[in-house]
Amino acid sequence: MKYYLNHLEELESESIFILREVAAQFENPVILFSGGKDSILMVYLAIKAFHPARVPFPLLHIDTGHNFPETLEYRDWLVNHYNLRMNVGSVQKAIDEGKIKEEKGFNASRNNLQTYVLLDELEKGKYDAALGGGRRDEEKARAKERFFSHRDEFGQWDPKNQRPELWNLFNGRKHFGEHFRVFPISNWTELDVWRYLAVEEFPLPNLYFAHMRKVFERDGVLLPDCEYITRRPDEMVKEELIRCRTIGDMTCTGVWRSSASTIEDIIQEVAVSRLTERGGRADDKRSETSMEDRKKQGYF
Amino acid sequence: MKQQNLITTDKYIELLRFTTAGSVDDGKSTLIGRLLYDSKSIFQDQYDAIEEVSKRRGEEGVNFALLTDGLKAEREQGITIDVAYRYFTTPKRKFIIADTPGHIQYTRNMVTGASTANVALVLIDARQGVLEQTRRHAIIASLLQIPHLVICINKMDLVDYSQEIYDRIHDEFEAFAGKLDVHDVSFIPISALRGDNVVDRSPNMPWYEGSTLLYYLENVHIASDYNFIDCRFPVQYVVRPYTDEYHDYRGYAGRIAGGIFKKGDEVMLLPSGFTTKISKIETYDGELEEAFPPMSVTMHIEDDFDVSRGDMIVRVNNVPRQDQDVDLMICWFNERPLRENGKYLLRHTTKEARCIIREVRYRMDVNTLHRDVASKQINMNDIARITIRSTVPLFVDAYNKNRITGSVILIDEGTNETVAAGMVI
Repeated sequence: MKYYLNHLEELESESIFILREVAAQFENPVILFSGGKDSILMVYLAIKAFHPARVPFPLLHIDTGHNFPETLEYRDWLVNHYNLRMNVGSVQKAIDEGKIKEEKGFNASRNNLQTYVLLDELEKGKYDAALGGGRRDEEKARAKERFFSHRDEFGQWDPKNQRPELWNLFNGRKHFGEHFRVFPISNWTELDVWRYLAVEEFPLPNLYFAHMRKVFERDGVLLPDCEYITRRPDEMVKEELIRCRTIGDMTCTGVWRSSASTIEDIIQEVAVSRLTERGGRADDKRSETSMEDRKKQGYF
Repeated sequence: MKQQNLITTDKYIELLRFTTAGSVDDGKSTLIGRLLYDSKSIFQDQYDAIEEVSKRRGEEGVNFALLTDGLKAEREQGITIDVAYRYFTTPKRKFIIADTPGHIQYTRNMVTGASTANVALVLIDARQGVLEQTRRHAIIASLLQIPHLVICINKMDLVDYSQEIYDRIHDEFEAFAGKLDVHDVSFIPISALRGDNVVDRSPNMPWYEGSTLLYYLENVHIASDYNFIDCRFPVQYVVRPYTDEYHDYRGYAGRIAGGIFKKGDEVMLLPSGFTTKISKIETYDGELEEAFPPMSVTMHIEDDFDVSRGDMIVRVNNVPRQDQDVDLMICWFNERPLRENGKYLLRHTTKEARCIIREVRYRMDVNTLHRDVASKQINMNDIARITIRSTVPLFVDAYNKNRITGSVILIDEGTNETVAAGMVI
């Protein structure tokens, strides 16, 4: 018998500990579900943490209306298969009701609009903890994020006023109206996520695997051709073998030329890749500190 | 987890957490950048971005420090103001770096980074030798009982890779370390900027026969850093499915804090003192014969006793101290000073209780280890020995026996802020 855990087992154990801590310390937590592999991992770990009981939190999906159809299909399968509860917040509805205004122009995206709908839904649902799939290796502003990240009554993040976190002791106390964002998979890297999902043989959306799709190139990034993006006259559509490394809106998720058709292929590809996964995200390219700025406003 | 198959990882790789401490001038950020770069953990787009910023600022070469200085305010002021976590993986281990600033006003960040570390890296500028700051880092590492300490004597390139200088600093530090409670100290002469002895062995210091920094980090023995002797299972959450299939199911979920629990073990429940047997240890992936730290499991006991969050399951013949009066070494984290006789909330394992700070015994100077018994005023970043009394008995072990059951945090009930970290004496 060996008396140590390998790194994936230790990460799993840590994340399960955090998820149980959330269930114990908060009254009304919710899992923010984006449809990407990180939130899928988080849901799976929650299933494990509370087995054989049902996951004690609902999922919240902010539907921008610009999702890949495959994402919604997968989401509905996941919810049904594991007997989960889910609420959906609609960006389209908020636009139709005139609460927010759509961006205009070629690079328009609904990414920033999500924040409004997210904060609105959190308030409506009276959620006191929102679990997110953020990882610290993703982006430099995330490297300082806590597991339990305190947000003020406006949902904002103040990087200078974060509570120290020591040992396994998490302080989730808050005043009325405030809430927490909790990141159970903070310590996982992209490769850890893939390796774990491979070991566990957990089903994933087809978007992550190589498939033929109509795409065009903009600013060095391949984007899927779809009704939500206005192409410039010189942007030519080609059909290529591609896959997604992250899944977000169709308008800002860059896709990659790839022939990786199994999870093992993906691991090989990620292991040798020289570009971070967010390298394909048009929303991060707006400025050097765009993630930090969005986080302060209450982004995921 | 399921049994690993070999496609996913070449072999079982372990997780090692280490903390770095040093001031801006020690070249700490450069060292981390160098580790990330030489272990090929920096992606091309990240490298391109910092190369461009370095060029725009008119700096010579690529400034690796830009990789680790995360927040906007920090990049503007050129300082690191918080704990940042970095990741890199080699074929042998996955590493989590808690990167903390070294100034005295950031003692609390160093304590935070040190709380979960297996290894502490302390940087010394070869031109400066052992400074007050070096001593402070070492004292904090010993206070937080980081099992392994590595002294990196950096900027060897600026002292002509001199063995004499290395030896002098080595001896000076060793003389001081004799006063500390550290068990495993290693010394490595490096140049983070030039890459000497970081990942690759330096041709410039043939007199040094030890390992490179990365080799050390990949091979230092950490499997026994947990306590495997004294069985401690703080109950975190009670799993009750309330379904027909699992009608009478009642599982106690938590993370093993010490010892090796086996199915059939006779155990005692605290605080009730009732004894029973472990009937089952399980996870989502099935039943286990035994469980050890830091596994998250769900336990079942034979008898129908009432157990809830904050209780602890231990072995009958090996119980923790149960006491309302506890002596602590604390680091004060808050701008509002400690209030003697003030009431605070306390968190210990999964238990929350109220407590009162009955006495400040002394304030410790983190640069000299001097105990100042006259000083009762404890401000942010101060280290002090105090006595508390809690409203309910706590089940504690000494921090140097078990970092999990020997640690507490104090919370201000008015602001909900974490105001102190405490280690049980």
